[in-house]
Amino acid sequence: MPSATPQVVVIGAGPGGYAAAFYAADRGMQVTLVDPEPNPGGVCLYRGCIPSKALLHVAKVVNEASHAKEWGVTFGPPAIDIEKVRSFKNTVVTQLTGGVGQVAKLRKITYIQGYAAFRDPHTLEITRVDAKRTDALAFEHAIIATGSRPATIPGLSIDSPRVMDSTTALDLPDVPKTLLVVGGGYIGLELGSVYAAMGTTVTVVEMTDGLLPGADRDLVNILAKRIESICETVLLQTKVVGMKEAGSGVAVTFEGESGRREQTFDRVLVSIGRRPNSAVPGLDRTKVQVSARGFIEVDPGRRTAEPSIYAIGDVVGEPMLAHKASHEGRVAVDAIAGERAAFEPLAIPAVVFTDPEIAWCGLTEAEARTQKRAVTVARFPWAASGRAITLDRVDGVTKLILHPDTGRILGVGIAGPGAGELISEGVLAIEMGANADDLRQCIHPHPTLSETLMESAEVFFGQATHVYRPKRR
Amino acid sequence: MPTEFKLPELGENIAAGDVVRILVAPGDTVAKDQAVLELETDKATIEVPSSVSGTVKEIRIKQGDKVKVGQVVLTVEEGGASPTVARRKSAKSGEAAADANAGGDKSSSQPAGAPDEGGLSQEASGSKNAERKDPDNVKADAGARGEEDDENAAAQKPKRGEVVDINRGARPPQPSAAHADGGPPAAAQDAPAAPAAPSVRRLARELGVEIGRVPGSGPEGRVSPDDVHAYVRSAMSTTTGGGRAASAGGATLPDFSRWGELERKPMSNIRRKTAEHLTHAWNAIPHVTQHDKADITNLEALRTQYGPQAERAGGKLTITAIALKIAAAALRRFPQFNASLDEASNEIVYKKNVHVGVAADTERGLLVPVIRDVDRKGIFELAAELAKASEKARAGKLSLDEMQGGGFTITNLGGIGGTSFTPIVNWPEVAILGISRGSYEPVWHSANGKGEEDGEFHPRLMLPLSLSYDHRVIDGADAARFLRWVADAFEQPFLLSL
Repeated sequence: MPSATPQVVVIGAGPGGYAAAFYAADRGMQVTLVDPEPNPGGVCLYRGCIPSKALLHVAKVVNEASHAKEWGVTFGPPAIDIEKVRSFKNTVVTQLTGGVGQVAKLRKITYIQGYAAFRDPHTLEITRVDAKRTDALAFEHAIIATGSRPATIPGLSIDSPRVMDSTTALDLPDVPKTLLVVGGGYIGLELGSVYAAMGTTVTVVEMTDGLLPGADRDLVNILAKRIESICETVLLQTKVVGMKEAGSGVAVTFEGESGRREQTFDRVLVSIGRRPNSAVPGLDRTKVQVSARGFIEVDPGRRTAEPSIYAIGDVVGEPMLAHKASHEGRVAVDAIAGERAAFEPLAIPAVVFTDPEIAWCGLTEAEARTQKRAVTVARFPWAASGRAITLDRVDGVTKLILHPDTGRILGVGIAGPGAGELISEGVLAIEMGANADDLRQCIHPHPTLSETLMESAEVFFGQATHVYRPKRR
Repeated sequence: MPTEFKLPELGENIAAGDVVRILVAPGDTVAKDQAVLELETDKATIEVPSSVSGTVKEIRIKQGDKVKVGQVVLTVEEGGASPTVARRKSAKSGEAAADANAGGDKSSSQPAGAPDEGGLSQEASGSKNAERKDPDNVKADAGARGEEDDENAAAQKPKRGEVVDINRGARPPQPSAAHADGGPPAAAQDAPAAPAAPSVRRLARELGVEIGRVPGSGPEGRVSPDDVHAYVRSAMSTTTGGGRAASAGGATLPDFSRWGELERKPMSNIRRKTAEHLTHAWNAIPHVTQHDKADITNLEALRTQYGPQAERAGGKLTITAIALKIAAAALRRFPQFNASLDEASNEIVYKKNVHVGVAADTERGLLVPVIRDVDRKGIFELAAELAKASEKARAGKLSLDEMQGGGFTITNLGGIGGTSFTPIVNWPEVAILGISRGSYEPVWHSANGKGEEDGEFHPRLMLPLSLSYDHRVIDGADAARFLRWVADAFEQPFLLSL
């Protein structure tokens, strides 16, 4: 017999888990949230999005100060107090996680600092961090939100403090003279940028033929120019085939087109992706299915094969992004509440918080090509944006990927400072089924970078105010 | 080895049809959901979509044949080939296909534009491609979608009879419905996105409508909430099927204005649908109504006693909730009351599941939410479910699914009053139980309940019951037995647990 208030247990208090727990509480459910950390936040708040953005902000100021020379303001070289940088970052983390913890309390959510294992489809075994014993916790619905962890290179990673993953790199142990970043994805580029701004000589090695695989090349190229200027070397189509500790550094063997070679770095950051944490103990006592790639399988309502158990976030699949997890959390709670909820976004924004930022959502040009879909791409170069010129940052671009006949906006890509903030308008346009005419008819504030979205819509009609590019007949 | 494609369930009460046209020939490749057959049934002309894909090997039917549900239509040699068959073409289908392409590709479980994982690459950078759908299939889907939209177009301009939404019976339920059965991971949805805002998509989902099937009235086919509502209305009026609109043989009305002022209002869609449905039921079914009374004096005491427990479970221990429980037991005992008459095949269809509709009086008119598997649920669970269903009915949030598939109906007017009435059987069901208001009456008899008369009148709370039934399927004696059994159960509810 169902009790009047269904009980929801959320395992993992990352941005997916705590969003789900809060929403469930707001819907009047009785909620328990389980996580090993003292406060909710997960990887995102403790050792991911948030601390990295704090450090990237520091990096940005360093870079802008040096850029200011060109405008007649010269600062001396930065004196970096690594202790203080670290404590700024830690303050940010403490403030945010503490705040989220407070909000959980206000919502009367039972927060258990501990680990959860399944005893059966309706019972968890909870081991509190501060206790030896294990308590049983019965639940009506569980949401697995256990997230992901940094991937390692099989057979290569060595157990050395000099070889870091994103977590240890964010701890900012020191400012090494030289750093090798293995993997040219967003984590490597973001953290590489931070260390470069602090004065480290950074080398990036990437196995494929370009940085940020998956993103459109025209956007990546803008960033790549910048990355090449702040990095010592960017090695593409190059594999790391060996690593060993060598004195006060790590000797790394590369294998690329030009054969093998070895180089020693003070530190190595391995950022080759993340793996789902789907090995929740006791999951085999339920009907929950895990795919070959380690993701928990769920239906559109985020329910697993076990009717009482839902799963959200990194542990159910790509893209492993906080905002995707939060949205899924709400979907799962709606489904638990008996609604016909479904996770069916048309656009999940992706942002790389480097300088310049890269952001995109919806269909990419590359995807349109592989799917052989006819699209029109309307590009607005930031060289024609008044705001970009005042910022002395004309290297950006805004583009729309459109249906050639209807002008429906299918994808948006932006490279340039603030792209991460600008992309949301693209998400809204895509989700609302807007077309280029809608976008150009919306008055955008002047002078801002957001005008580039409006003007790229005008480009589609061959009528952009600041770019003369008549429509080809 | 060739796979057989059998005629699938096409909708409520459609057991067979005449082949109007065969849309494929041996050697053609067919894709899943591609129309292979045009079938004329009593109610509509239907395009039958294939549930298999491959190369057509043999066609086992010919034009003019009567084909029954379950009969083998054709066989295919499976092998993933892209559909090359020339499909029925029309300007609309071309347009629809173009629209389909306009949508974001939702074919892979990962939305378009999603970034590759984390920092990437050192290992397994190719693995993602395996998950990505190959472009040929995407196109095939887009084509199939065009075909479906074609049906929509047809639905709006019916040619031969009505065109029912074949999606209901012939295809698996929408993915959103799948999880309601606890069904595990739905496969990626093979549909390009419809141009509709997230709130509109949610509305469609809640109403049980596949958003991609809703014709949009906005610029470039954008779907508005009104479009979704309109689609549901049109789907409802075609699915509840059956009769022509209510009419008194087309007789013209006198000029009422000669006797005073008038106001004319169009019938609401629910009103119109109810009229059509009841006209059909009344015309199709030879009705008889059996009346009885149940002594619920003892039950009333129990109801008061256990009321709070039901409320804790989220429901209210109403007479209707108890009637649901009793009806479930009665229907198991008298299976001919949970049946339908298949006139086409001269068969009586007995339903193994006990799904009971409960008439709900709402501001918008009569709605009948169906409570599923009533026999497998406890009274408090039923009470809670009933409360939820009535609330949804009143809020106008019932989906089509939630109003279909009933085998028996209960209508309780006791809350309003009345001593008895003659409910109309909710076709294609064969019986309906009407409940009126219970009242204290002097009963001569057996104060001790054993039939020994003590020679006195006793005040007993008597509940009037009215059972209307389809006399083609149910004999009068059986109806009397059924209703007596129900009355007994009300009088001695512990019988239910025996």
